[in-house]
Amino acid sequence: MAMPLESPITFSNVGKIKWWQRGIFASQTGYVLLALAVLLVIMHFASPYFFTEGNMQNVAKNFSFIAIATLGVTFVIITGGIDLSVGSMMCFSAMITSMVMTELSAPGSPLVHMAADGKTVLANVPGLILLVSILAGLGVALIAGLVNGFCIAVLGLSPFVTTLGMLSIVRGLGYVVSNGRGSFPGGPDADYFYAATSGDVLGVPVPFIYLVILALAMAVVLHHSAFGRHVFALGGNEKAAELTGIPVVRVKIEVYVICALAAGLQGIIISGWLGSAPANMATSYELNVIAAAVIGGANLAGGIGGPLGAIVGCVLLEVIRNGLVLAQVSSYWQQTLVGVIIILAVLVDRIRSRMS
Amino acid sequence: MAHADATPVLELQGIGKEFGAIRALHDVDMQVLPGEVVGLMGDNGAGKSTLVKIIAGNFRPSHGEIRFAGDAVHFNRPVDARGVGIEVVYQDLALADNLTAAANVFLGRELKRKFGPIALLDHKAMAARALELFGELRSETRPDDLVKQMSGGQRQAVAIARTRLSNARLVMMDEPTAAISVRQVEQVLGLIHRLKEQGVAVMLISHRMPDVFAVCDRVIVMRRGEKRADKPIQETSPEEITALITGAKEAA
Repeated sequence: MAMPLESPITFSNVGKIKWWQRGIFASQTGYVLLALAVLLVIMHFASPYFFTEGNMQNVAKNFSFIAIATLGVTFVIITGGIDLSVGSMMCFSAMITSMVMTELSAPGSPLVHMAADGKTVLANVPGLILLVSILAGLGVALIAGLVNGFCIAVLGLSPFVTTLGMLSIVRGLGYVVSNGRGSFPGGPDADYFYAATSGDVLGVPVPFIYLVILALAMAVVLHHSAFGRHVFALGGNEKAAELTGIPVVRVKIEVYVICALAAGLQGIIISGWLGSAPANMATSYELNVIAAAVIGGANLAGGIGGPLGAIVGCVLLEVIRNGLVLAQVSSYWQQTLVGVIIILAVLVDRIRSRMS
Repeated sequence: MAHADATPVLELQGIGKEFGAIRALHDVDMQVLPGEVVGLMGDNGAGKSTLVKIIAGNFRPSHGEIRFAGDAVHFNRPVDARGVGIEVVYQDLALADNLTAAANVFLGRELKRKFGPIALLDHKAMAARALELFGELRSETRPDDLVKQMSGGQRQAVAIARTRLSNARLVMMDEPTAAISVRQVEQVLGLIHRLKEQGVAVMLISHRMPDVFAVCDRVIVMRRGEKRADKPIQETSPEEITALITGAKEAA
């Protein structure tokens, strides 16, 4: 179908909305990005170490450690929901991954057959143990996400309460399976595991590469697929979405599954950097993740948000943390400052929407 | 009543509905012809919304038969009614404020382009078709504007454009003029005229007497779950309709 060059309507009463009043320029993401740019310039003059390669790698790595989960929770927030279980999910997935990896590698483990050379069958194929264990870690996240989605979309429970319960359930299960001790990635594939989670390619940290790929994929899904459009419609007006025939239940379950998978992947990556998956790993990370999403412009009332905002929020948090360290300010100030920024970002957005 | 000899687009015969011990509708017969605008009036609890919900497929009738364009139909879900060509414009319009006009028009039936195994939205085609529809409705609405920035009249146009997408043959509008300004009421009544010009039957559910008398060809009055009057608009008056709604006059 060709775009008609001659509009069939003459717009005599309805003006065109100016480019700076629409899209990213009129969004919270836009001016938080601007604030971030200003902050980067200030940091450059405040500390000669800030723009060094080592520090930039550090910053990129650190914000990647929460940004993938932030992408996931942004999906949920756009539909008008919330997922508080991301922190626990990170820990549980990481723990299952490293436990499965160790278990599959151990000679004499009851789960695997021995090959002729005394190693487990799986261990003879390089990378296979890694693959299976990561799939196991993501598998438990998938199940938890399905349970979240089922309770919220089908049973109609409140997202806040459901995921608060899941936060506790998953954390508790982590303690149960590990007996509170945590677990370590082990076996012949451990080196691959570290390379795939905390290594770097040409100086770029691997987590950052994953983040960029996932963020691009998310942008395409949100803005160029029917699913993405339904996610926004659900957050904008759930009743309208239902009346127009959108499969509301399915879309809701899918966003909670996406969120859980993102958190699981994030947890696995963090455990590679830590070198272990302790049972108290990523405790209260859900607050950082949700804070980053909200600072970046995702609206907890639903209907607004995106990958750029999620990343900008994470970068802003990390640059502030990093800046405080370089400026030799006590890092205890960080939390206070993050709180101030959350409120400021939302306040500025409120003032802007009042003015327009 | 130019189409008096045409097959009715919608025909109800002896429709009744009970909810437990409550009789919400009793023995309602009615016909709607193509290109006809029928006003459905009645006080709260008169059975209007139950009747609309039966036609829209939200409820199944306890008794009676629905015929659409001559064929008997049974709707289990609203999607079934939409399938044959019945669209409803809801009172709150059922629009997602955070999306553009074009996105709302195509919500739930987006146009896509295949790129190998992936189907991506065809933004251009949707915007072009939405602009065409707004043109038909003579509404100054830009497909790429967000619905939250629109006037009440434009929002109505978006909701009505959605019904035009599927070439609906019967559009039911639930209180379209209840919460908008005088100028916008004019626009909405204009939109109803556009639908009529294109041979679409419109059922207008409204409390506002002036609007019903401005656009309807015929008015049906419901009271206590029964049809009390079904008259061409020229043969009645606002006073008579009021009397029928309140029960001062039993039937006409």
